[in-house]
Order: sequence, then structure tokens, then C-alpha cells
Amino acid sequence: MGMITNITQGFSPSRRAVLAGGGAGGLVLAFSFAGKGAAADGPAKLNAYVQIAPDGIITIVSKNPEIGQGIKTSLPMLIAEELDVDWANVRTVQAGNDPQAYGRQFAGGSMATPLHWDQLRQVGAAGRAMLMAAAAADWSVDVASLTTEPGVVVHAASRRRATYGALAAKAATQTAPELSSLKLKDAANYRIIGQPIPQVDTAAIVTGQPLFGIDMRLPGMLYAAYEKAPVFAAKVAGADLAAAQAVKGVRKAFVVEGGTELDGLLPGVAVVADSWWAANKGRQALKVQWADHPTSSQSTPGYAGQARSLVAAKGGKSLRSDGDVEAALSGSAKTVEADYFYPFLSHATLEPQNCTAHFHDGKMEIWAPTQLPEPGRQLVAKTLGIAPENVIVHMTRSGGGFGRRLMNDYMVEAAWIAREAGAPVKLVWTREDDMRHDFYRPAGFHHFRGGVDSAGNITAWANHFVTFGEGEATARSAGMAATEFPAQFLPNYKLDVSMMPLGVPTGPLRAPGSNAIAFVVQSFIDELAHAGGVDPVEMRLRLLAQSSGGAFDAERMAGVVRLAAEKARWGKTTLGPRQGQGIAFHYSHLGYFAEVAQVAVAQDGTVKVEKVWVAADVGRQIINPLGALNQIEGSVIDGISEMFGEITIKDGQVEQANFDTFPLLRIADAPVIETHFIKSDNPPTGLGEPALPPVVPAVTNAIFAATGKRVRSLPLKASELAAG
Amino acid sequence: MAYELNVNGVTMNADVDPDTPLLWVLRDTLGLVGTKFGCGIAQCGACTVHADGAPIRACMTPIEAIGDAKITTIEGASALEVGARVQKAWSELDVAQCGYCQPGQIMSATALLSQNPAPTDDDIDAAMAGNICRCATYVRIRAAIKRAAGQEA
Repeated sequence: MGMITNITQGFSPSRRAVLAGGGAGGLVLAFSFAGKGAAADGPAKLNAYVQIAPDGIITIVSKNPEIGQGIKTSLPMLIAEELDVDWANVRTVQAGNDPQAYGRQFAGGSMATPLHWDQLRQVGAAGRAMLMAAAAADWSVDVASLTTEPGVVVHAASRRRATYGALAAKAATQTAPELSSLKLKDAANYRIIGQPIPQVDTAAIVTGQPLFGIDMRLPGMLYAAYEKAPVFAAKVAGADLAAAQAVKGVRKAFVVEGGTELDGLLPGVAVVADSWWAANKGRQALKVQWADHPTSSQSTPGYAGQARSLVAAKGGKSLRSDGDVEAALSGSAKTVEADYFYPFLSHATLEPQNCTAHFHDGKMEIWAPTQLPEPGRQLVAKTLGIAPENVIVHMTRSGGGFGRRLMNDYMVEAAWIAREAGAPVKLVWTREDDMRHDFYRPAGFHHFRGGVDSAGNITAWANHFVTFGEGEATARSAGMAATEFPAQFLPNYKLDVSMMPLGVPTGPLRAPGSNAIAFVVQSFIDELAHAGGVDPVEMRLRLLAQSSGGAFDAERMAGVVRLAAEKARWGKTTLGPRQGQGIAFHYSHLGYFAEVAQVAVAQDGTVKVEKVWVAADVGRQIINPLGALNQIEGSVIDGISEMFGEITIKDGQVEQANFDTFPLLRIADAPVIETHFIKSDNPPTGLGEPALPPVVPAVTNAIFAATGKRVRSLPLKASELAAG
Repeated sequence: MAYELNVNGVTMNADVDPDTPLLWVLRDTLGLVGTKFGCGIAQCGACTVHADGAPIRACMTPIEAIGDAKITTIEGASALEVGARVQKAWSELDVAQCGYCQPGQIMSATALLSQNPAPTDDDIDAAMAGNICRCATYVRIRAAIKRAAGQEA
């Protein structure tokens, strides 16, 4: 039995065609096709994003993938505000992958807000202008004499009113206005932007309606499991498929030759069955021999040993060298030398990687939880030898992204298996697959040397960064910018980098780079502050006052540092034994964040983060305060969670496989979080990532304040923080 | 093997192997996909459903162990007085980010409040310890449970 679950509603090709039309390229707004084919009695399409029905219901397309960052709500809010409608009358739908209509569609880099703040307000304003033009024509009045109220065009002089629903068909035939002619609202008049608006999918989420990629069902759909080598990209040397094929419900088992690109189709054995459980049982019955692979000797202790040798050899490549670090160090009142380490981490999206694919009529149709649909489409086309125009990708809601779904490896696997199976197929990874075939946050090693003068000012800063890569190519997300703070804040600064080869796939994890760099930089600042006898807040403000350019606006950062310290009553709070506060700041994704953590460290070394104060400057306007706070609180707890887990490598393989060995933070360990915004006169920027990086060093600095023990290596180990 | 199940008050039939976890019977055989797959080893709680009102992890509960137990899934939560109250609180506070874990969270919270209408923070910690939220919406999960319990902070 079983129903067909229609999660395609809202992003099926036919519906997409209705909503998106075709025509002018780029983000800026395919107005040129406005109104083509608008029926007098049906919904009328004003542009690629907006459709208005006669009853006044407004349908707004959300162009980007929804991964939990709230974009399906916040982007349509921008359009609805300037269109001037009641949010209660807005329905949103997920766009299909259609770069011609919508430009780049992706979830990454906290970029959606800065990229769309102006553009999507203009989309709404353009729609409003067309509705007013239609009314002006109907009433033979000057459009300048018209105003709008939510959903209604008004001619005050004659007291005439017309609803958007009544005007929509005619509005759709109007010429789209020049964007430069549009006057956007004054923020004081906002009715939607700035309001705490629940996610548009909330009702469906709390009632368990099908939304996610894994919920996809198609008529005649089969289920697939896919076994890959534990050593990344090892080939299939031999496979006994008979035992798998003997499992009840298994339709087919076959070897996929695959390639060597870690983010492409890797070799493996697919099992396709009537149910996922049968596919998985078939997979467990497989006997596969994997070919030897050159990276099978790699290990976490091996990387650490190489890093020690590279640091000792002092042979890094110079990324930056300002002033004379060596002379400044030798002239310092005090110097500090420290080795820092952070481990590989897994994304561990709660919805395991999955994808549904159906090869029919020469076309490959795909339903995927993906953060980056178009490159997925190209990967599928290239790997399967199908013309890109014959690959159609539908974006589903994702059960978490965190950067994992910027890779489309599972998409190409599903496509390959579905074509081979000759039926619609849903591929679902196990948690173990997911954790052992991730694109990990790269581990990293930093050897720091720094000095302070007799007044406690930092005199010199040297960072020898040991990371992964070969030749000139740094492993994905394993690099560090030469402009990274505190470059350009200190006259004597140097950054050297050494690399070692890696057979493990790496990739961006929420606030990539920053989630690791903030830990080491903000911890070492703390070390120098203590060496110089300077308060950690004061030391940071001194540094920020020394900006000579730098990667960010030092005054904005000083503002959040002061605010976080003030709200946490820094230096004025009475703390108990083994209780402490720590502060850190970090600039990433255009956002300015300073955070104070308060921790208590038990006698046995167990760390409890009690409270975190967040001070944030993401510009003049918080688009949706309800979503904004949720993102910040989630980022803070996510960052704390990342301090307790690690992915380790042995024999070229990931040792952890599930949440028993790679723990995620649970409710009892979530701190109280207090967030404060500085509304600076800057354009609004994104909130998916920048709140995460500072919390890690804020916590380790607080641990130092509580115990006198400096955490230089993650994950946290209670045994190293125990009393005595 | 043919099984007759009572799911959300409706008799449903499934012809599956006895070792098939309830999770996959719900999702793949009965088409009730609200109950989620997260880990397969009862570590994350995304698959939480009720068996005679008690929360269980459907990913590790074989169909043969269900017997006559009445199963309630997230799709049936609204029919429970407490379940509807929990869903309302979840909506009002907009707890979810990605939303994937929330069916399991709601089923655990509903079971908690059905047993204990006025839970303390410690009670909440204990009852919700088995449910991971990867987006870390714990602050709002706690607040929503309190709201559903009528103990607004």
C-alpha cells in the first residue's frame, strides 16, 4: 500500500514553468516576459518572482535552497514589503534550479542577505509600480497621484480603490519599470521587514508533512544503498553480489566503477530493492574486496608527527611578513611560544545525504537536498554523459546543510544508480556512510610565537600554519588568508604555511576557516594579554585601535567588543571557584561578532558553559528578528558542540561512524544565550555563520580564567582540566 | 510476513520481514514520512514515536515487537490534546530551523507533558536527552515545552 507523497508540489517543472517563465538572464529580474499569457480569471504573473491571484493571494518564489537558515521566509519578505501586501496573504514556493531566471541559486557564505537586500526589494517595488500603472490606466489618472495600502491601489483624490487581485491581470501586461526609477520605502514605513515572522514551513514541520529530500516518493520508486570503500576512492577489486541478490526484495546489485575525484562519483557497489531496509540488508550481505590505495597509511598521529617536523624545520612558505618579527621578539619584555591544534570535524546534518533520481524520456530528473544545485546538475551531466539541458534538478528542503550539501556526490550517485536500475530510485545513506564519507572541516596546526613589551602591548606575532595540500594547491577549505586578523594591526607580523598531503576529502563547514582560525588567534591574543598583565578586553581594544587597513572596520568591531563586555558585566561579576568568563571576537561573512562566555569547570574537568553574551553588528536592519535570534543561538551552541567532538583517521579511514563516537551537544548542555545588536549604518548582512567562530575561543579563554589551564588543543578533554 | 498495525487510530497492514524496524515500515510501506531517519542506533531521537503513549525509537524497534501496541506518529500528534498544545507552542515560538528533528522532539515533549504536566528544567533535560537538534534550537525547545505546560517564563 502506501500513498504517493507529493513533495514536488511547488517545485515540479510544470509549476516552475508557470512561476518562472523564461527570458532575461541574471539575478536582475526577468521582467521582460511579464504578463505573457496571463489569463483574465487566473493568477497573473508580474515577474519571475511574483504572481497574484484574483482573490488577492500573492505567490512569491523563494529562489535559494532552504537548509534551515530561514531563507524561504526572509527573501520573500523583502519582495512582499516593497510590493506592499499583507504577509498573511503571501504564499511562498521554492524555485526550481533555474539560473536563467534567478541567477546563482545557492546556500553558502551567508551571502543571501547581502546579495538580495537591494535586488529583491526592487522586485517587489517593480511589481507595485506595475499594479499602480494598471490602475492609472483604468482610471485615466497620473500614476504619481496614486498610493498603495497593503494589497490595494488608492487614488485619494477620487476615493477610488482597486485591489491587487483585481488589477493583477492588467498589471501583468504593463511594461516592467526601469529599476533605477524605483523608489524604495523608508525603513520607518516597513510593515514586514523587521517583524518577527515564523518560517513559512513551520506548520508543515510541526505536523510532519513531507518536505525533505528523504521524504520524496515517486510511483514505482525503488530504494538504493551504496557501499563505498572505507579508504577514500579505493577501487572495487572484486565483489560477490550473489548473497546480496538473494535477499528478499533486492532487485539488483552492481558494481559502479566510478572515478578518482573525491567530490565526484566514487567507486562502489549499489544495491537496489523494493524497500530501503531490503536494500540495506542486501548491502550488508555483500562481500567486497577493495583495491589497495596509496592513502591507506595515513593517520591522525601521522599528520601530527609530520606537523611537528615541519614546525621544527621552520621551512614554511611566507604568506606575509610585515616589519621585523625576529628583532621585535628578541627585544620583547616577554615572549610566548605555543602549539595549537584543532581536529577534523564532520558536518553531521541530521538528514543523512540522500537523493531521488529518475531517468526517463532521455532526461535525468533529480530531487535533491542540495545547497548548490547547478554545479550538481553539471556534475551529473558530465559524469553520465548527458547534455546539461537534459538534467533537471529540483531543490527540496534540506535537513541541515552546514556546508555539507555544497558537494553533490550523493546526487551523482543517485543519478548513476537510477539510470542503471531503469526505475526511479531513492538513494539514502546510513549515518555511518554520512560520517565516513563527509568533506571534513580540515584539521590544522599552528605554531605561534609572540611578544609583549613592558607596557603589555603586543610587539610581534608569528604564526607557522601547518595544513594540508600538495604543491601549490591547498586542500579545500584548508587555507588561511594573508589578510586574516591580526595582520595589519601589528607592525611586526608574519604568517608562514607548510602543507602535507591528505587523502581525506575536506570542505567548508559553517563559517569555514573562521571556525578554526578564530580559536587559535583569539586564544593566542589571550595568552599575550596574560603575559603582558593586560585585561583581555583591554588588549583587544588596544589591538583594534592599531588598525592600518585590515580586513574589516576596526571601529565596528570595537563597538561589539565593548557591548559584549558591558552586557556580561566583564570584570564586575562575582564568580565562584573554577568559574570564569572569556571574551573573543571575529569578523566573518561581513558580520562583526564579540562574545563573552561564562563557564564552570567541575573538579573532574567537565566543562559547563553557563551563559554566552553575544554582541553583533550586521548592519542597520534585522530582516526577521525571530529567524535572526534562532540563527545566532544555533550558531553559538553549534560552536560549543564542535569543541567536544573529533574525526580521527586510522589506516586512511575515518574511525568514527555515528553519534555514539562523534557526539553532538544535547539540551542539558545548552547555555543561556543573550543577544544584543548594534544597528550600525551599514547594509544588512547574513547570519547563518558569523556568530559561530568567536564562541570557541570565548569558551577556552573562560576555561583559562576558571582554571588557569590554557586549552591549546581541541576537542576539550576533561582529564586535562581536572583540579589538581 | 503480514502485520496488522494500529497507527494513529487507523488499522494498517504491512507485509514485511519481522526484523524490519518500525521506522521503515512507517516511512516506506505506509508512506508516513514525518517520522525521520537520523542515526539508526537510537542515538538521535529523530524517529521517536509513541507506543501506547510511551516514547520509543522506531529505528531500533522491529515490527515483530510491536504486537498490539497503539502507535502514534507525528502525523497523529494533533489528535492528542497534549500533542496539539505542543505543536502550537512550537509554531508560536518558531522553534525549528531546518526542522528535521522536530517531529521527534515534539513526540518526546508530548510524552513528557502527558506524564508530567509541570516539568522542571531537570525533567526537561532528562526527557529530551535522547533527541539531538543539529541546528541546536534547544533554547526554544525548552521554552516551547514550558509554554505548552502553561509555565511561561
